Amino acid sequence: MRSTRDLKALQSAMAAAVMRPLTPESRMQRRWADGRPAAAVVGEFIKPNDRLSALERIEIYNRMYWFRLLDCLYDDCPGLRAVLGVRKFMRMAEAYLVKYPSRSFTLRNLSRRLEPFIREEPQLTSPYTALAADMARFEWAQIEAFDGPSRPALEPDDIGNVHPAQLRLRLQPHLTLLALQYAVDDFVVAAKRGALRAEASNAPVGGSAGSRPKRVVRPQRTRIYLAVHRRDNRVFFKRLDPAAYRLLDALQRGETLARACAIALPRAAAASPAWQRRIRDWFKNWAELGWFCRP
Amino acid sequence: MPANPFNAFTDYGIGIGLRVPHYQHILEKKPVVDWFEIISENFMVEGGRPLEVLDQILEQYRVVQHGVSLYLGSADPFDRSHLRKLKAVVKRTGTPWLSDHLCWGSVDGTYTHDLLPMPYTFAAARRTAEKIRQVSDFLEVPICVENVSSYAEFHVSEMTEWEFLTEVVERADCGILLDVNNIYVSSRNHGFDPYDYVDNIPHHRVAQMHIAGHTKFEKYILDTHDHPVIDPVWKLYARAIRLCGVTATLLEWDDKIPSFGEVHAEALKANEFIDGARAAQTPRRESVAAG
Repeated sequence: MRSTRDLKALQSAMAAAVMRPLTPESRMQRRWADGRPAAAVVGEFIKPNDRLSALERIEIYNRMYWFRLLDCLYDDCPGLRAVLGVRKFMRMAEAYLVKYPSRSFTLRNLSRRLEPFIREEPQLTSPYTALAADMARFEWAQIEAFDGPSRPALEPDDIGNVHPAQLRLRLQPHLTLLALQYAVDDFVVAAKRGALRAEASNAPVGGSAGSRPKRVVRPQRTRIYLAVHRRDNRVFFKRLDPAAYRLLDALQRGETLARACAIALPRAAAASPAWQRRIRDWFKNWAELGWFCRP
Repeated sequence: MPANPFNAFTDYGIGIGLRVPHYQHILEKKPVVDWFEIISENFMVEGGRPLEVLDQILEQYRVVQHGVSLYLGSADPFDRSHLRKLKAVVKRTGTPWLSDHLCWGSVDGTYTHDLLPMPYTFAAARRTAEKIRQVSDFLEVPICVENVSSYAEFHVSEMTEWEFLTEVVERADCGILLDVNNIYVSSRNHGFDPYDYVDNIPHHRVAQMHIAGHTKFEKYILDTHDHPVIDPVWKLYARAIRLCGVTATLLEWDDKIPSFGEVHAEALKANEFIDGARAAQTPRRESVAAG
């Protein structure tokens, strides 16, 4: 090896070996992509020792790669796991990592492309594809809310006397607005409750040992609107009225307050005291939650 | 050596890794700990609870940063946005030195999230040293490279691992984070004498040490950081501090993490060997006859 280019070639070859999908028995595949024996391919750059062949030595890294990344997705996607069941989830997760290996230095971003992947490869999640896609979006929004950026909250002085036709209100960058086809929030809460009940029933006192989490019924299709956000460094999700969602969505896209109201609200709202009270309460609540930030 | 340029002339004692299961205990009970090692990547975020915890820890404790994804040995150049994020954490913590591994783990922007072994060649040493100098210039903090545990060796290697480590750190003029457990694990996996390793590195460059537990399988040992430190590793540590001087020492326990008290007690066992090293270094006074 004489140069950085040679080093790169060696590292590329080893990375290819490390990242090859495992067999169903969680072993390294014995054939390379081109049909050659994997032992011969790996033996070109890895030395055997007195106990392990070159293939067995690389297999240690191959297994660690898959165990580490699949464990990460398993932990980060409990809702998606509950939707699909563990086996279907793991098959989907492996296929996802083959198509979209990690492109970030941090495992935090590993599930970033799960929702588009689920839509690209519906056969892996069928017949729950739409629900699975919603759940993946919801779970990614929680990751973003956990450690995404936040800006100083908007103060009344920041608005001053700016006319609504000129006023643009920014939403916190860690906040995600979701229009979903399934009540994934209720499903996750029920699944967690079921898991906690099962855990409690495994306690030595007053329970039967070895209980499994009760399977939660998958939700029916029903349109919901959620805001996933952070407050006091805890992640919350809040159901939104459809008009409230449209209003916030328009603001998030950069519309002025006047334009956002025109887009989101029924025409009658301008003249309706009930609507005006509603809108005022929304903004009061959102401001208390710290959703608006300084320009 | 204690207090050298590679640990910014500090004299840190025994530290433990800052881990999520211990946050509540540390923040509520405020135990006496000389210093904490944090994993840089856990705090290369833009907001939220991780930074809140970090700031609370920084109010009470000394913190040193340790990374797992700089991939100093990767042939590819650095990702500048990664370096900027890392520098933001360096500024926030005021870490006196920053360590990462003598390894690689990514190719063309795809990450394995593992610490993959280097081929021990002069070309690899040159490239790695070049990258260490770049990151040291950018971060403006002393850099220490840690020897990894490994399970494979390359045909192309031209020297031993300790010769490679020496070549890299001399070319880069950087420090060493000497992981004694990793030396032991690699020595078992590759059939060398771990004392040859410890004896033949530039001791004046050792700025910090790691100790840890591992898991023994039938044909190899895996560096799992989920057990207490075994006696042979303690003995190797004793040799290392006699040669290098009493040096900032950190116990790594990253999986199946027991209580804070248990981890801290395990780390403080290092005192027995530190006391032994100090006693060996203290010159005996000759008794002076009266009159």
